[in-house]
Amino acid sequence: MSDALLTLEGVHTHIGAYHILHGVDLTVPANQLTMLLGRNGAGKTTTLRTVMGLWHASQGRITLAGQDITARATPDIAQSGVAYVPESMGIFSDLSVKENMLLAARGARTIDDVDTKRLEWIFDMFPAMKKFWLHPAGKLSGGQKQMLAVSRAIVEPRQLLLIDEPSKGLAPAIIQNMIAAFRELKAAQTTILLVEQNFNFARQLGDTVAVMDDGRVVHSGAMAELAEDSALQARLLGLSLGAHQ
Amino acid sequence: MLSRLLSHDLPRSRWLAILLVLLVLGLAFAPFLFPGVKALNVAAKVLIFIALVVSFDLLLGYTGIVSFAHTMFFGIGAYGIAISANAMGPTWWALLVGAIGALLLSLLLSLLIGLFSLRVRAIFFAMITLAVASAFLTLASQLSDITGGEDGLTFRLPELLSPGFALMEDDFEGPFGPVTLNGRFITYYLLFASVVAMFLVMLRIVNSPFGRVLQAIRENDFRAEALGYRVVVYRTLSNVIAASFATLAGCLLALWLRYNGPDTSLSFEIMLDILLIVVIGGMGTLYGAIIGSVVFLVAQSYLQDLLRWLGGLFEGLPLLPALLTPDRWLLWLGLLFVLSVYHFPTGVVGKLRERALAKATKEST
Amino acid sequence: MNTSVITTPATGSVARWQALKDFDWKPVALVPLLAALALPAVGSGSTWLTLTVAGLAMGLIVFIIASGLTLVFGLMDVLNFGHGVFIALGAFVAVSVFGGLNAYAIADSFWLNLAALVPAMLAAMVVAGAVGLVFERFIVRPVYGQHLKQILITMGGMIIGEELIKVIWGPGQLALPLPETLRGSFIIGDASIEKYRLLAMGVGLAVFAAMVWTLNRTKVGLLIRAGVQDREMVESLGYRIQRLFIGVFVAGSALAGLGGVMWGLYQQTVLPQMGAQVNVLIFIVIIIGGLGSTLGALVGALLVGLMANYTGFLMPKVALFSNIALMVAILLWRPQGVYPVANR
Repeated sequence: MSDALLTLEGVHTHIGAYHILHGVDLTVPANQLTMLLGRNGAGKTTTLRTVMGLWHASQGRITLAGQDITARATPDIAQSGVAYVPESMGIFSDLSVKENMLLAARGARTIDDVDTKRLEWIFDMFPAMKKFWLHPAGKLSGGQKQMLAVSRAIVEPRQLLLIDEPSKGLAPAIIQNMIAAFRELKAAQTTILLVEQNFNFARQLGDTVAVMDDGRVVHSGAMAELAEDSALQARLLGLSLGAHQ
Repeated sequence: MLSRLLSHDLPRSRWLAILLVLLVLGLAFAPFLFPGVKALNVAAKVLIFIALVVSFDLLLGYTGIVSFAHTMFFGIGAYGIAISANAMGPTWWALLVGAIGALLLSLLLSLLIGLFSLRVRAIFFAMITLAVASAFLTLASQLSDITGGEDGLTFRLPELLSPGFALMEDDFEGPFGPVTLNGRFITYYLLFASVVAMFLVMLRIVNSPFGRVLQAIRENDFRAEALGYRVVVYRTLSNVIAASFATLAGCLLALWLRYNGPDTSLSFEIMLDILLIVVIGGMGTLYGAIIGSVVFLVAQSYLQDLLRWLGGLFEGLPLLPALLTPDRWLLWLGLLFVLSVYHFPTGVVGKLRERALAKATKEST
Repeated sequence: MNTSVITTPATGSVARWQALKDFDWKPVALVPLLAALALPAVGSGSTWLTLTVAGLAMGLIVFIIASGLTLVFGLMDVLNFGHGVFIALGAFVAVSVFGGLNAYAIADSFWLNLAALVPAMLAAMVVAGAVGLVFERFIVRPVYGQHLKQILITMGGMIIGEELIKVIWGPGQLALPLPETLRGSFIIGDASIEKYRLLAMGVGLAVFAAMVWTLNRTKVGLLIRAGVQDREMVESLGYRIQRLFIGVFVAGSALAGLGGVMWGLYQQTVLPQMGAQVNVLIFIVIIIGGLGSTLGALVGALLVGLMANYTGFLMPKVALFSNIALMVAILLWRPQGVYPVANR
């Protein structure tokens, strides 16, 4: 079991009067892909946003690579090497693909400063990025936007990627592309925490899995175990693997 | 019974209640308690501002809308009386026509502004009302044939209300000095009765189901719409009611001053005064208008004297005299306003009610 | 390393052509349309030319002032009802500078005149920007996200500012005469075109060009454009948008100061209340343009400038109303302004 890159201990989050996270305990091992599963409204997105500092934890502790980031501001957390791909993708539709990428490359003043090898690697995974390089991002299709969102997250090396439901609304062929891309990322020593509802997508990628319900983590362990235990799947996720193809 | 009269919207704080009773009694007996022209003028101004600010509080405090067009409706009311009294002579009939004409114009304008602008965002609405109010001010100055332009209109009132009319031959010997029982005296009580009536009606409105929907819209218009309330309709209605009350307040102003010009009712300074009073008194409370108006208007006269005195103290020094002259009253007003919005968001009434609530909670545990 | 190997020229020009076709020309077309409609109303071609130049000049001055305000709103959702105070401040600072450099201003040499004008403009921008910094820190920052309080407090800030101007420069109006060589007009046929108005147009266009360049060719500009669309995402990408905002606010205030100088010279007098007066026009402009859009502010400003001058000539009494009518007409067509900013 590798060391934990990210840990959450007893994290509570309130949004206004609503108490969403009721003491989340989560460990994300380094250089692995951890899946965060659960029903709608279980608190998965809230967890990611709390880690990212977009919402502040009212209680508990969050550590990244040994440092306490619970009360840090979002830009600081991002600068510690965390990239966030929200559910809504967060791409800037009036900006071109190139400009979106440039923005994500904090160290680069102009596009020429960006590591060409890295860009080529991204273009290999997502050819559409190269094709629509100068087009406004708003003109891309849903799947392409998703690819752009992920490309932005990896245009510079990051320690941790927080990704929220990347496969939502995407055609199966594109999902396969995504899976291949994430596998490459894993191989490139990036730690990923991925929120998903699509269990089939999840089990192809995840090394570790955590299942949330009602603002708490109710199960965590190796993906392989969960994938074999249909009874556990049915109990936690309300489905069995066979039915969700 | 008192509770019914106040539409069950009680002060909810002993200190507040005492303060209000004192102020209302003070205003009720002002001619006797503070004899003399200046004091009566201040009292009348307080009454008019109470009516004006109460109507603004409906918009700002209860519906959550900032409208800079409020002085426009105030001015319409004042000009209504002024123009008709000027044109048709000092008769009751002229006053009636003027008031009704003004109300109709306000109704129309507020309806138009409401229906058009309340569909757009709150910020748009604020800016649009600012633009419209400015335009109206310019218009009033330019249509000198009707409005008397920059100089305004002076007119006479029916005999009962004019200073010459004597209710009693000799002055009434009050405990604080002689009180002249003339037309001004009668006008004052006309104002008092009108303002009391307006206040009670407004209390009724904000405590009715309509008023509750307004507050729901203020808190979360999205949800209100989702619950089935047509937000535009409610906001427009609120706008219309507020405008009508402001117009009536304007009519009262004209009755008292027997004069109206662009600066008396349409100026931006009045808008600021309203904002300051509603913030200091307490938004969304209505009682705040009473407290705020008294505090503000009394302070206005005395603060200018204070500034004059302070300025005299620092005579020789470079910058201070310029800062401390009564002409720069607005500077200190502005500072007070900004500080109130930050640190005093619930106003005097809010603070007193919080104290009362805290005390009650402590006592019940 | 060069990335030209990644994009082929064909992709580039295809994208550019596409962008051109996609560009929404209609609002921009309104400007020449209005000018064209005015021609028959005005009657004489030379008068029309004079009015049009005056309108464009005034419009560009208004644009200088409005551009900062609209960006501030687009970026941080803050509406500064006190923007007018920077206008007045800039104008009064110019009066003082001209007073000090009077010899240059009244000299009969263009370059010497510039030696008075340029320092006045720079001083106005610096002072307005500095006051903007203070304004942002103490008036605006405490009320982020609360629109109601923003409206009230920035209005209060403007009152304080206006009164402080009266304390420093006195409550009355002051003269801001044009430097010697900038007076008078060029005569083209029957039309007289004031020299100053051409200068104002030049300055306005220069500001517009500088803004467009900054927004489109620098990373800061990129950040601003992205921030206007999605503030949260920009922060998630690791940028402290708070600092960016302070920068934009200060720049916007400085531009308002510059606009104040230009406006003061346009009217040749300055009043402490001029901020409040121009405020209304600015609001009309950014409502027409769409809150957050620079091009929209330009279109709105040009339309307002032209409208004010045409109606000032044709029907003087309804000048301000004509701009309100224009605003209403535009809002009926596009309720969010002509170039609404996406993603909000």
